[in-house]
Amino acid sequence: MSKSLRFLVPLIIFGALVILLMIGLGKDPTKVPSPLIGKPVPEFSLPALTDPERRVEDEDLQGEISLVNVWASWCVSCRQEHQALMALSKNSDFQIVGINWKDDAQDAREVLRMTGNPYAMNGHDPDNKVGLHWGVYGAPETFVVDRQGIIRYKHIGPITREVWEKTLEPLVAKLKAEG
Amino acid sequence: MSALIKSLALSALLLLGSGVASAYTLEEFEFDSPEQHDEFRDLIAKLRCLVCQNESLAGSQAELAQDLRNEVYRMMRAGQSEDEILDFLIERYGDFVLYDPPLKPSTYLLWFGPFVLIGIGAFVVVRTLLSKKQTQDDPLSEAERERLQALLDAKHAPRSPDS
Repeated sequence: MSKSLRFLVPLIIFGALVILLMIGLGKDPTKVPSPLIGKPVPEFSLPALTDPERRVEDEDLQGEISLVNVWASWCVSCRQEHQALMALSKNSDFQIVGINWKDDAQDAREVLRMTGNPYAMNGHDPDNKVGLHWGVYGAPETFVVDRQGIIRYKHIGPITREVWEKTLEPLVAKLKAEG
Repeated sequence: MSALIKSLALSALLLLGSGVASAYTLEEFEFDSPEQHDEFRDLIAKLRCLVCQNESLAGSQAELAQDLRNEVYRMMRAGQSEDEILDFLIERYGDFVLYDPPLKPSTYLLWFGPFVLIGIGAFVVVRTLLSKKQTQDDPLSEAERERLQALLDAKHAPRSPDS
């Protein structure tokens, strides 16, 4: 480098640092990437929330595209995304399967009775027995599972219109095309 | 002064609070031997609570941390080794569940980056110092010497009133 341009070196380093830190600021550290992407769903069997005689199991995720939604009645963000789930439940490209997580069954049933039930089925997991194997660490979380029962994506936080249109909808379309 | 007393009182309260909290989590668990107790305590200190990310499982009061503590306890009582328990959690929650990131190609930059930066810094410092020494040793030319003498003389001369 010619001597006259030497004074630019610290400026360039500073600029690179600024860009690096800006990228860091834009990331949400509470969103921890899941190591389960690309792996089959963990084996599980939970009593159904609305009908304790029935079970909700990993087999139920075979043959159909599923959004596995981890939710609870005490979770405020879950209430926020409830309307979105209601709208999505009209879509027949996929089923919405609920894991009712660390919740009281009666409270959960009450929420579904009052605000509608977007779930094809709901497993009740009051002690985080199944949630632990899915690596759940908060609600809401939503896993996209393909027809072969492979976890393809994990969304942390509520599903908003933006999340649906930008991320989940294209992914579901892709999975649908895969057949 | 009152600010000092306030901050002292606050830190005393915080200390008290943290003491109560960590005692609370460990007392719930029963062990056959003090060694097992220590092993459990060390293990949960290595694991991160994913809800309150700057706390370990040993220190966190979050409900999820309690779930994971119970699971680690259960696995330990079932005779599983420390590595088995860590692998179980990493498979589900990822490397982030460990407080110390594991050494592997994707973390080389994290582990060795600081040493590389120190190396670059040392290289620059040494090179700068060496090159400076050389220029200092250059003798003054005859013209420069005369100019220097003139400057020194001017400094010692009485100041003119307009300077």
